[in-house]
Order: sequence, then structure tokens, then C-alpha cells
Amino acid sequence: MSATGLVAIGASWGGLRALETVLGALPEDFAAPVVIAQHRQADATDGTLVRLLDARCALTVCEAEDKQELDPGLVLVAPPDYHLLVEPGAVALSVDPPLNYSRPAIDVLFGSVAHAYGERAVGVVLTGANADGALGLAQIAGRGGTAIVQDPETAERREMPEAALWATPEARVLELTQIAPALTGLAGTREESAR
Amino acid sequence: MNGVDEHDEARERIEIDLLLEAIQRRYGYDFRGYALASLRRRLWHRTYGEGLQTLSGLQERVLHDPACMDRLLRDLSINVTEMFRDPSFHRALRERVFPLLRTYPFVRVWNAGCSTGEEIYSLAIALREEGLLDRTRIYATDIDDGALERARSGSFPLDRMQRYTENYQRAGGSDAFSSYYTASGASARFDPALAAGMVFAQHNLVTDGSFNEFQLIVCRNVLIYFGPKLQEEVLGLFGQSMTRRGILALGRKESIRHSTHADEYEPLVESEKIFRRRS
Repeated sequence: MSATGLVAIGASWGGLRALETVLGALPEDFAAPVVIAQHRQADATDGTLVRLLDARCALTVCEAEDKQELDPGLVLVAPPDYHLLVEPGAVALSVDPPLNYSRPAIDVLFGSVAHAYGERAVGVVLTGANADGALGLAQIAGRGGTAIVQDPETAERREMPEAALWATPEARVLELTQIAPALTGLAGTREESAR
Repeated sequence: MNGVDEHDEARERIEIDLLLEAIQRRYGYDFRGYALASLRRRLWHRTYGEGLQTLSGLQERVLHDPACMDRLLRDLSINVTEMFRDPSFHRALRERVFPLLRTYPFVRVWNAGCSTGEEIYSLAIALREEGLLDRTRIYATDIDDGALERARSGSFPLDRMQRYTENYQRAGGSDAFSSYYTASGASARFDPALAAGMVFAQHNLVTDGSFNEFQLIVCRNVLIYFGPKLQEEVLGLFGQSMTRRGILALGRKESIRHSTHADEYEPLVESEKIFRRRS
């Protein structure tokens, strides 16, 4: 079994392009489930983000439904205007008040990931213009999980990666194109796991 | 952060279990079947809000101080909502569900988990515009008396009205939204005639039973807070509380797919999670 149980990604301003780059370079048989909190308008309910991502990567990308199971290689994106949380093996949604002016909030997702997956969690903070995700990434690292931050120099907006690095100085700093290979190195592919 | 500590996790789980049992035995509210991830966040939110450091500390205070229980209950039960939340859902109600309700001489609607009432007023406005309000009784229930009190008042923050007006129009509303309320200080007070057919009652989906039969049950973004087993029980309760071919409307991202009750329903508007009983 892969040592990585779950990959959680947080993104804000510039996130669509960054997510395309990361998800687009993950292999079809990527061995871990992926959950994503991307900031967006509450009424962006037409599914455009998910359709774009799904069309451009080998993995299946869909908007998370409550209690949906986490399967290897399945990418679940937080629906607009909901917080996405995980429990061992499945996701849960909430309409609790926005955190950091955001719903979905990356901190809410990462906090639940740290709790449910401990050292088997990987948290990734991508481009953004606020500090959401910093606290959650520190929680993931604090429970022995792996913290990865997009190099602020290469991020469309550097504030969010910088805040994450301030909170988790030991995080791995990677250029955008290096993130997918690093994730594949951590989680492996299902072919490898079957061996 | 002190690195990984499995004991922390195990200890927290014990504290949560003990706290929930204490609440159940002392006050009768049963949160033991709630979805853990959200429940945990909300319990910690109240713990810090009380100036406490541990869930055990919260347990002690809740046991000795009913006012603290009231605050916790509010944290655990209030769902932030808005009028005509998800306009496409409300449009689907109007276009696909109301024509079915029209075939009944008298209509009963249950808004389960009505919180502070934004949804029932949205329903009442749409029902009135479709000429159905006079023969409809809307039962609005919630676990929290405080929320019901606010729902009963029919007043919502005035500064939300611009947003609600946009939602209303996108939901297919045809009148001037402002004709439904009068401004009073910072509140928008809704036309009392809208509330003529509303019945408010405290009802706990976890511990209370069926109390009537409804043609339409609206329960949006409540089941997401429940664990799978509790979701199953509540879907059973809804089944017992519906007329033949009754309609169930859930939140946009809620599902009955994994439930043993799934076969009892057919999708009426699949994208909006509106289902109809097969019998």
C-alpha cells in the first residue's frame, strides 16, 4: 500500500492554470485520491472549472458529493459555496460560515485531512493572493504529513505560498512543473502498488 | 506543533465520545451519529469560544451550565442559508414541482431543518406567485428554538436584500422583490400574509418521529452534517412522512445513491436533487 493516503491541494488566484499544470502531469494510474479546494465565486455552479480540468488530465475530475468515497486516482473538487472536509475513506461537505472569507476554505479542508490522514497526508499550497491554507498546511506537517508549497517566484500570485512557507518553513518548495513528479514519487502508481 | 502523536488522536476521540454521551444523557440531544469532521470543528469552535482548552473542559461546563449548552446547540445546529439559495433549484421547484402540487386540493410542505427561515419565506413567495399559497400549509421545523424564533419573526437583515433580489430574479421570480418586505431599521420585515399558512415547531430529526404526511419535503444541506447511518434513518423518516408519490428535495451536493432507500425514489430533476417516490 502507498505510504501516501491522500493528496490535498489548495489554490486561489491563478489556480485554474496551476491546477491544469499539476493535474495534467499526473499519470492515469496515480495511486492516491486527490482533493482540491479552489477559491471561486459562490454562484459558479455551472461546473466549468471541473469540466476544464477533467478534459485536460488523465485522471477523473469531478465535483465532490457528500459522503463520496475517496478512490485512488479520483480527483474531487470542493463545490462552490461548500466547505470540503475528509473523513477516513470519504469526503463530507459543510455550509459552515466562510473562513478567511472563503467557502470552500483551504484551512478547513487541510485541517480535516491532517486529522484523518496524519502522516499519510500530502498538502500542496499553490498560487493565491491571501493566507488561506497556511494554518492547515502547518497542521498537516505537524501531524507528520508532507507539506509542499509552490515556489512563490513562479506563482501567479505569491502571497498564499509565502504565507504557507511562513507557517511551515520546512515545507518543500517546488516549481509548478516539479510538483506532479514529486507527488507521483510520493504516492506512486497503482501498477507499482500492485507489484 | 509537537509532531505526530497518536495518543492525541485517541484521547480526542475519547473526549468527543464522552462529551456527546454527556449531552445526550443530560439534555436529550443526540449528536452521536453526526459526521465527525464537521462536528469536530464545531466542538472546537465552541471550546475556544468559551475560553477553554480541551473538549473535556467543554464537557464539564456543558454539564453544569445549561446556557453553555444553548450556545453549543446553536453552534451545532445553525446552518447558514439565504433566500433563494441556488436559484436554479428554486426555478426547478416552480417549473417542475409546483405543477404536481397543483393537482392536490390541499398541500402540505415540510421544511425540515428550517434554521432561521430564509427558505420557507422563499417557498411561500414562489407559492403565492403560482397561486398555491392559499391552499398550502408549510411546516417549518428545526432542532433549535432560537433559530425557530427568528424564523417566526419573518425579519431578515436588510443588507442581504440586494443579493436575495438577484437570487429571486434568477429563480424565476416575476414581481418586484421589494414588494414583499418593508424596511424597519436594519431589518427587512416580510409580509405577514406570507406566514399565514406556516406552522413552526421544534423537531429533532434524530430522535423525533413522523408527525404528518407531506406532498413535498424540503431538507437542504442538513443531511451533510449526519453520518451515513443517521442519514439512512432520516431518509427512512422522510419516507414515512410522505404521501403516495411524494417529492423529496435535498441540497445540490447531497445524494441518496448510497442509501438502501435509493430504490424507493426516481429522479424528478436530477441535477437539483429533487426526487419523487415511486409509490
